[in-house]
Amino acid sequence: MMANEKYTYAPHTMSKDDFVTTRLDTLVNFFRKYGVNWCRKYSLWPLPFATACCGIEVMAVGASRYDIARFGAEAMRFSPRQADLLIVAGRVGIKMMPVLQRIYKQMTEPKWVISMGACASTGGVFDTYAVVQGVDQFMPVDVYVPGCPPRPETLIEGVMAIQRIVERDGIVSSTERGKGFRVVGEPTYTLTVPSRQEKVDEPVGVGK
Amino acid sequence: MSVEQVIDALRGRFADLDFSPQPLLVRPDGTATEQMWVRVPPERLVEVMTFLKENEETLFDQLVDVTAIDYLNFPGAEDRYGVIYSLLSLVHGHRLWVKCFVNDPDPEVPSVTGVWVGANWLEREVYDMFGIRFQGHPDLRRILTWEGFPAWPLRKDYPLRGQGEREQYEVVTRESA
Repeated sequence: MMANEKYTYAPHTMSKDDFVTTRLDTLVNFFRKYGVNWCRKYSLWPLPFATACCGIEVMAVGASRYDIARFGAEAMRFSPRQADLLIVAGRVGIKMMPVLQRIYKQMTEPKWVISMGACASTGGVFDTYAVVQGVDQFMPVDVYVPGCPPRPETLIEGVMAIQRIVERDGIVSSTERGKGFRVVGEPTYTLTVPSRQEKVDEPVGVGK
Repeated sequence: MSVEQVIDALRGRFADLDFSPQPLLVRPDGTATEQMWVRVPPERLVEVMTFLKENEETLFDQLVDVTAIDYLNFPGAEDRYGVIYSLLSLVHGHRLWVKCFVNDPDPEVPSVTGVWVGANWLEREVYDMFGIRFQGHPDLRRILTWEGFPAWPLRKDYPLRGQGEREQYEVVTRESA
């Protein structure tokens, strides 16, 4: 391995002259151990259908602080032909619903759908004549992400729920998967928040 | 140029009309805003609006907004709908609101698109939400709701959750997609 002179001070930095070798049986052992689905679940290509404030959180998930690239889903595709994960982020008006249905139909199998936030899942506070009360009434949904809007961590939990589905079932088409999983993305970890009991003894907001 | 002078100019030109100018808002302590609205019958609307736009003293060159109010069950209201035109003179810096009252079963006012071209979409929105037709409008179609929407959603007798429009839909399943 010939390293460039410029990089000799940092031996682990890859330059264009570096290369890595492995053995075919190592790769075969890897697939035997983890399965091809391990690779599949880390290459989801999402289509962000962002219509409201949930879209801002989707952008935050894509940006460097939360960085959905850690889960291999950073290749946001705005063409349904190139995406396999539809993230419905935000309220969907009745006028918008045929568009969303057409986008879903245009996606190629296998495909998964995340209904992100209260509005996409239930209509949220927009209980009016013009807003669809949950996109799952009119199209299949795999994972529901709660929140208004969900924090980026919650959406990442939703993506990880999709990954669990992929790991379990592989890339069978959505028809073979049946009538949806109705999974609700929920944290797989618990936060320990220090108790604030001693601080709320006094009424909050009342001056002395 | 104050609002009083504008109303005086209106009265001088249209002596037969009762404009009955009133403040937009009367506060609980009896004081009122300086912003006034005048009442114009629908059949004279285009004539009055043309005068308001082109007269040197008024010169309302900008139509800020066209909206409407459904006065159903409103205390003291005589008419069902009021179409409201917000006018602004960029030259003189004064404003005026013109109200035009219409009633069921066929609420209709003349279009002012011949006076201000920008009234086109504003009147389409009023037509979409209230079902008030604008006579002489070049392209009176719904603008916000979709084609074939059967109701007038901002009327007071329309239920907030609709009449089933949001439920009647093609369902895309995994098999049909």
